[in-house]
Amino acid sequence: MHMAASPHKVGATGGAGSGSSSIVETLAEFARRRKSFWVVVSLAILFTAWEIAGRVPISFAFPTFLETLSALIEMALDGTLLPAYLITFQPLLLGVAVSAVLGIGLGIVMGLSDKAEWLLAPVFIVLQAAPMAALVPLVTFVYGIGLVAKTLAVIMLALPVIVLNSYKAVRHVNPSLVDMCRSFQGTRMQQIFKIIIPDATPVLFAGLRLGIAAGFIGVMLAELLITPTGIGDLITYHRSVANYAHMYAAVASIIAVSTLTLAALQYVELRFLRPEKRRK
Amino acid sequence: MATPMQARAADPAGTARSDAIVEVRDICKRYGDLEALRGINLDFERGKLTTLLGPSGCGKTTLLKIIAGLVPATSGQIRINGRVVTGPGPERAFVFQDFALMPWATVLRNVGFGLELKGVPQAERHRIARHYIGEVGLSGFEEKYPHELSGGMRQRVGIARAFSVNADVLLLDEPFSAVDEQNRRKFQEDLLRLVDKERKTFLFVTHSIEEAVYVSDRIVLLSPRPGRVSQIIEPAIDRTAAPDVIRRDKGYLDVVEEIWQGLRQYAE
Repeated sequence: MHMAASPHKVGATGGAGSGSSSIVETLAEFARRRKSFWVVVSLAILFTAWEIAGRVPISFAFPTFLETLSALIEMALDGTLLPAYLITFQPLLLGVAVSAVLGIGLGIVMGLSDKAEWLLAPVFIVLQAAPMAALVPLVTFVYGIGLVAKTLAVIMLALPVIVLNSYKAVRHVNPSLVDMCRSFQGTRMQQIFKIIIPDATPVLFAGLRLGIAAGFIGVMLAELLITPTGIGDLITYHRSVANYAHMYAAVASIIAVSTLTLAALQYVELRFLRPEKRRK
Repeated sequence: MATPMQARAADPAGTARSDAIVEVRDICKRYGDLEALRGINLDFERGKLTTLLGPSGCGKTTLLKIIAGLVPATSGQIRINGRVVTGPGPERAFVFQDFALMPWATVLRNVGFGLELKGVPQAERHRIARHYIGEVGLSGFEEKYPHELSGGMRQRVGIARAFSVNADVLLLDEPFSAVDEQNRRKFQEDLLRLVDKERKTFLFVTHSIEEAVYVSDRIVLLSPRPGRVSQIIEPAIDRTAAPDVIRRDKGYLDVVEEIWQGLRQYAE
């Protein structure tokens, strides 16, 4: 198919001989093959809509895309953004690490044992359903306004999602693979480590991604509700002085960081844990 | 017409044979109120291919899984080489209807997985796996992943895996049901070649009458609700003949017809 199509393409471009049509063709070819082209188009539409909405303007507090972008560049260059991230990342990384280890561990145990499920599942189902933002002030009463309280806020949001997804991941393992392992006299440990965990990996990682996204929500809640630090401080400060472009730049940057973190996690999963996905 | 069916009247339960490797004694299976199997007594002779055939709901797969030790029987006994067994064992290997291949592992690792679980060193299990990958006609596909193979090729991996552990009895649960018709025929021919070469005992579950008659030394017909042995047929077909000749052979066609007459009452 490909072999037949490419010479034809080359012939057509050579025949037309005009520069513009060749650019269009290259773009068309790119659009057909590359997912990234469509990602760029999607972002371009979003940013254009933002720019137009800012120029209308829909609110005096709503900056245009270009104003926000220049504020972001300014903050990155004048050294306010990086130190803010260093502060925000402390409770985030700590909380996500604890949630990941504890959450996947508990989830797997709940998936393997009915009794562990009966004991723990109700707690996490309630926690997942609860509006956690309402509990953040409670954490402040008990643990103050320091790193512990903010880390706890991250864990409160990330842990239930990771636990419940890990549990479902184990419960949805292909029963036929488990039977296969039994039929070849695999021990229970071999069954868990060679069949159940590898087969659960895709869903475990889906839970981890949701958990990290929830962790970002948690750290922002903590920095906005407990005490303004890091990125939360940037947002609060620029809002208070009506510096809306800078405020939006801080908000947009944390969204971008969160998105890139999740994309990186997906890459790591596909690259190192799913050998069968490496080639199509 | 008389030759294929000669053993049926003489020995209705198929028991009391001299060299039975698998003995099924009074097996019953209930799922709550549902009676899946009632009083099954069967002997499976060493080195033969026996097929469990019947309409859906007759419990043929359940019986095979009970023999495999994957499903517990409600009552009754399974003896392998004269010894009572209650779970899976090294003398039996199972081939799954849905292949049961690990999607994250290569063909080589999948085929060697039974040996991996037993702690066979890597070099040794790769050597054995490569041998059986060749035997099922998949040489060159060792480093492929299951999703890169067709349904027929995946089941060849499942069969190679079962051969690799060198079990005496191979239990095949509708191994070709997910394989298309042309590949199915080729597969049946290859299976007969392997049966001939490997000298093992095969227990084969299928719902295809033609398939059963084509590959089996002996066919156990089960009737549904609850599953019972209704008939045992020994199609005495000359397997040295070419596959196309066998499929047009009068004896072959007569047995197919005979079984259909027995089963048609269960068809809706």
